Parts: sequence; structure tokens; C-alpha cells
Amino acid sequence: MDIMANFIHLDAITILYLFGVGFVGGLVSGFIGSGGAFVLTPGMMSLGVPGLVAVASNMCHKFPKALVGAMKRFKYGQVDVKLGLVLGVSAEAGVLYGAHIQEKIKLAFGDAGSNLYVSVAFVVILATVGGFVLRDAWKTYKSGNMDTKETAGKLALWVQSINIPGTMVYFKSINARVSVLFTIPLGFATGMLAATIAVGGFIGVPSMMYVLGAPSLMASATELVIAFVMGLGGSLKYAMHGLVDIRLAMIILAGSLFGIQLGAIGTTYVKPFMIKVVMGLIMVIVLFSRGLMVPVYLAQLGIIDKMADSTVKLLKTTSFAIMIFALLLGAFIVLRAMWQGKQAEKLQHASGALEHGEI
Amino acid sequence: MAQSSTKKKPVGAMIVMGIISIALYTTLLLKQDLLNSTFAKGGWYALLPVIMAFVFSYFHGSFTGSFWTVLGIEAARKKKEVK
Repeated sequence: MDIMANFIHLDAITILYLFGVGFVGGLVSGFIGSGGAFVLTPGMMSLGVPGLVAVASNMCHKFPKALVGAMKRFKYGQVDVKLGLVLGVSAEAGVLYGAHIQEKIKLAFGDAGSNLYVSVAFVVILATVGGFVLRDAWKTYKSGNMDTKETAGKLALWVQSINIPGTMVYFKSINARVSVLFTIPLGFATGMLAATIAVGGFIGVPSMMYVLGAPSLMASATELVIAFVMGLGGSLKYAMHGLVDIRLAMIILAGSLFGIQLGAIGTTYVKPFMIKVVMGLIMVIVLFSRGLMVPVYLAQLGIIDKMADSTVKLLKTTSFAIMIFALLLGAFIVLRAMWQGKQAEKLQHASGALEHGEI
Repeated sequence: MAQSSTKKKPVGAMIVMGIISIALYTTLLLKQDLLNSTFAKGGWYALLPVIMAFVFSYFHGSFTGSFWTVLGIEAARKKKEVK
């Protein structure tokens, strides 16, 4: 087979489309530490890019983007490099295992079985974790304690209280020593999810917040380190098979580097609970998008009655549109919160100057 | 206050990094067939797209960072993450 057949023709519209999706994906990633990939991969496939090339090219734009975002947020004191690297290494193992599981499922049940597995994983994980994150954000909003410093929950305090000699590591984001026997499975799960639904951060960030007790700003920033480690390893793996379309990866990177800088700047203007709001909302909306596709795959596997082609097409289009909506909504909230934060800063600054003048 | 509002903007850095970034992307698009056929060989050639990604992220990342700063979009002055 001609390997060049993997690479699509690029025209100006395609370049602009990739740049635009890259920008919005980067904006959300800079803010919540991940996101974008769930739209980018199917987005590339809709242009005719083969599935594996889309996954590989997404990976190859992800690690340099995450690196730039992590460096930016490091300047703001939000990154725990040690935690990111510890979780990142175990996440890499999770990626390899997750990809292996995917291959086995595909071999046993074909494309429809593999797609069903991915969609069910999306629905179950996003419903439980996304629902929890959103509920937590809502509770914070209702309590009016949006400005108070975040504290570790019961589970995180229990994890921090467990002392297993020889495995304890101090993490500055948590300001406590935690056994790596807790961080390894969390990293592994993050990697497995990244290999399955392309967005490991949907497990990585909530687990850092709720299981380890890291503040949401630090958790989302540290996720960028994990994404860098995972993306670098994944890119090398796919590139060894010649699957990276460097043009797609670099064009998406062009947009996403504008976005990730803006998203990172945005985190300095908002209240920390906004990270949870954006992440929870995106997760719950994407859940509906993937949920719509479950009947399609069930029908393809013969578990339920066959569906008409027009119905399948409608469900596919609606599902993709909902995903784009999720990403755009996330970007809108980030920009709005940033704008409000900037206005509030200006006001504060003006009143400070006025007071100073009165003295 | 005066100090922050008159802080020098990195216009020079933005222009230099922008030109390098445009040059890199122009080369990428002009030589796309050569690049894809080389990178598609796999094996040790796998290092090439990774190196390229690092190079692009350095120059384009510096450009985008300066770009927002020149536009006046910078991090909040007081607020820093509590450790």
C-alpha cells in the first residue's frame, strides 16, 4: 500500500479549519489542562484523514503545546513538576496498556466493537467524574465561598494520612507526603483514558483534586506536564510507524499555541472554581455527544435492530456538532471569565489610585 | 502603577520570532511532499517530527507569547496561586 495515501491534500480552507480548531482546543487546554483532542481527532477524520494518522498527528501537536502551556503556567507558580513527572511516567504505561486493550477489542469485535467500547467508556467516565466535578463547582457557587482557599476533601485527607514506608514522596501542590502507590494507579488510569478517549485530563485533573488534594489551578496546570510526557512518548511510538502527518500537527500547533497562552493567562484572572465549571460542563456535554452514538454501534454489532442510513448520518452529525458546541462553550466561558477578571482588576486599580490620591 | 503601564512591550522579539515562525511554516508547506515521504519511513526517522515539533514550539511559542503581551493581554498583576 502506498504510505503517502495516508496524507490528505491540504487547501486554504482545511488549513484555516485546523488552525481554528487548534486555537479553541489550545485555549481550553491552557485553562483546564486538557481538552480539544476529542474534537480534533474526529475533526481530522472528517477531512478524510485515516483514524490512526489523526490520533498520531494529534499526539504530535499535543506535547509541544503542553510544554509551552506548562512553562507559561510554571511562571505563575501553578505547576508541580514532580507530581506531573511521577504521574506522567505511570500515565505512559497506561497509554501503552490502553492501546493494547483497544487493539484486542478491535481484533475480537471489529471497528463497531472498538467504537462501542470507546463510547461506553466516554459515557460512564464522563457521567460519574464529570457529574461529580460539576456538582462540586455548583456547591461552591451556591455556598458563596468562591474566594476562599480550596481545602483537601475527606478522601484526599485519608490518602495523605496513609504512611507506607519507602514509598512516600513530598509534593508541593498538595503540601503533604503521599505514597506513590496512590499516584501510580491514578497516572495509569489517566494514560488508559488518554489512549481510549484521547483526553486523559478528564481523569488526571479530578484525581489530583479529589484523591490527592491538589488545588484546582495547580491540578489543571500539572496536567500539562502529564500531557507532555504522554504526548512525547505517544508521538515517538506512532512516528516509528510513519503515521504522523507533520503538516496537520504543525498547523494545529500554530493555532493552539495562540490559544494555550491565552488560556494560561486566563487562569490568573478567574476564581479557582471556574476550572471545575469549565471542565465539568465540557465533560457532561461531551457525554451526551458520545451517548448518541451508542445505539449506532449497537446496531452495527447486531445487538439491536439495524438503523436506517439517514438516521445514522443524523446521529453522527448531531454528535459531532454537540462536541464542537462543548469546546466552543468552554472557550466562551474562559474568555468571558477572563474579561470580567480584567475589568475587575482595572476597577480595583482605579479605586486604589483614587485612595492614594486622597491621602 | 506608572511602572507597569509604561513597561516596554516586546515588539522586537515578536517581529523576529514572527518572521522565523512564518519562514518555518512556509518551508513546511512548500516542502510538504518531501517532509511527509521522509517522516513516513518510520524507524529512526521518528525523531525528525519530534525534533521539528520542538523547534516549531520554541519559535512559534515565543512569538505567540510576545503577541499577547504586545496586545496588552497579560497575567493578572496581583493574583498568584496559593501553595
